[in-house]
Amino acid sequence: MNKFSKLKSIPSYLSLQNIDTDMIIPKQFLKTIKRTGLGKSLFYEMRYDENGKLLEDFILNKEPYKNSKILIAGKNFGCGSSREHAPWALSDFGIKCVISSSFADIFYNNCFKNGILPIKINEQIILELSEYSKRKEEIGIDLEKQEISFGNKISKFELDSFKKKCLIEGLDDIDLSMKKINQIDNFERVLTSEKPWILRNE
Amino acid sequence: MPKTLYDKIWENHLVHEQEDGTSLIYVDRHLVHEVTSPQAFEGLRLQKRKVRRPELTLAVPDHNVPTTDRSKGINDKESKIQVDTLRQNCKEFGVELFDVNDKRQGIVHIIGPEQGFTQPGTVIVCGDSHTATHGAFGSLAFGIGTSEVEHVLATQTLIQKKSKNLRINVNGKLPIGVTAKDVILKIIGTIGTAGGTGYVIEFAGEVIKNLTMEERMTVCNMTIEAGARAGLIAPDEKTFEYLKGKAMSPKGDYWDKAVIFWRSLYSDQECKFDKEINIEGEKIEPLVTWGTSPQDVSPVTGIVPDPNNEKNEDRKMAMKRSLEYMGLKANTKISEIKIDKIFIGSCTNGRIEDLRLAASLLKGKKIARNVSAMVVPGSGLVKAQAEKEGLHKIFVEAGFEWREPGCSMCLGMNPDQLKPKERCASTSNRNFEGRQGRGGRTHLVSPGMAIAAAINGHLSDVREIQ
Repeated sequence: MNKFSKLKSIPSYLSLQNIDTDMIIPKQFLKTIKRTGLGKSLFYEMRYDENGKLLEDFILNKEPYKNSKILIAGKNFGCGSSREHAPWALSDFGIKCVISSSFADIFYNNCFKNGILPIKINEQIILELSEYSKRKEEIGIDLEKQEISFGNKISKFELDSFKKKCLIEGLDDIDLSMKKINQIDNFERVLTSEKPWILRNE
Repeated sequence: MPKTLYDKIWENHLVHEQEDGTSLIYVDRHLVHEVTSPQAFEGLRLQKRKVRRPELTLAVPDHNVPTTDRSKGINDKESKIQVDTLRQNCKEFGVELFDVNDKRQGIVHIIGPEQGFTQPGTVIVCGDSHTATHGAFGSLAFGIGTSEVEHVLATQTLIQKKSKNLRINVNGKLPIGVTAKDVILKIIGTIGTAGGTGYVIEFAGEVIKNLTMEERMTVCNMTIEAGARAGLIAPDEKTFEYLKGKAMSPKGDYWDKAVIFWRSLYSDQECKFDKEINIEGEKIEPLVTWGTSPQDVSPVTGIVPDPNNEKNEDRKMAMKRSLEYMGLKANTKISEIKIDKIFIGSCTNGRIEDLRLAASLLKGKKIARNVSAMVVPGSGLVKAQAEKEGLHKIFVEAGFEWREPGCSMCLGMNPDQLKPKERCASTSNRNFEGRQGRGGRTHLVSPGMAIAAAINGHLSDVREIQ
């Protein structure tokens, strides 16, 4: 996984609440057996009309937002389906950081597996940051310091220390867990004697 | 120290815990379908990893499968590739598969319980948010992303942090015509789609105790629509009765041992929940959704709400957008909303009891001229049982289409989709924009309410056709 450290970009702002993963990447694009190539279909029904023509009005279709690395959105972003295609599509489009006042649980976890930093921050700051999007001014993210910088202001954000470490070092979860293989073996030994029906070895 | 049911299951599955609370938990049961697994198997292949415990994983194609005649295979090229890929992956990694033409094939969350693969006190995961369904058995069941699917396949564990405890008590009794679907819609309407974020919900109270296992599955199924990590219900005699004799349930001595353990699965009397919510069963009415979020609920006797009465600006904007998408005007009577399509099925309401209830209301009647309607049984076994009871005849004679099992129009990955502006009374779980087809308009309802809409051609009160 790519390592995450610092980021600077003019953010895109979608004020809509409850943006669900069906909106982020609709069902017809879930038929892929790959992780790549979904960026062009991100927010498909908002970005294209019924005939597949680009809707010039939609923020991600406009300059300079086409190149945004940061997306600011209304609360409860990423609700609904567990599809990891949602962070895959965001990442493939170039989004590396999503800022909202709240996220749906599964989407939030999926981001970290794909080198995307989801930042939870209060609605007042969201409003301030949205002005930077409207004025087409850059904001900055420093993951190490857990800071968002905008103008001459700095806002701290909270983050789980383990998730932060994984993002900064680009760690692979499976590698980490494989190192605990002895503990998993031990757990299964106990399971075999205490709850033998679980392992289906009857 | 007194513990909640969730605390007990969590502690039972801790393989390792770091100082910051990040934990490695054991996964007892893993369900896999064709949409969220190909990249996970590919990841294993690239890293030359094996599936650690193939016998704890069960796979089934459900999202992409056609619900019409399948004897000639799948027409859609991409769908076919995905289903073929699942077949190859299962073969290569030694995972059991219920293939498209297996009579046990069906929606992943219907077949788990049906086979006894789902068991109390277990941790069950699947790359699908409606995994919450299995919580009805007192298991900790939740949806995961594809990277986590790969993690489970490789290690039979998951990295997790513990959620908080929320208990929702549904007290008293339900009025006639009010079902499990209305209970969960009421809960989502009350706490909102982010109301459960950060929590595992335990559903309790007299109403929940009195629900059948299948009704409990309907409630737990939509826990994810309230934003919670999982929803669960303490197992009881009904749970054990349901599981007894199922193909994958424990047998002989193991059964007796399992039941002894299962009886220890409840929240201790003195335990403390981080949050507790009470809902009065008597006050729940048959509900429908009017908007594009499952929290947008209204009693069938009510009206479409007016965004101008909403004080929060963002919420007002969201409501306006919903009403525009849904083609509805504020203050319209719910019962005046005309319907084009009826969909009965999905992991929420595609089980035999749902079909029995729907058929009992439909018997001897016809669907309205302006609607087309379909029933998609949740699994091959549900379909076979319904046909044995003659339910399919009632549906077909009334004008419904009787289909093959799968996810179907709940998400429209197969050809079962709404056309733009088509309006559907659907027993599924999500009314998001475009969910059932681009521009399609979804009203979430119970199976009984779907029948009422089918007969009258507009959203209607199920109590008036009973």
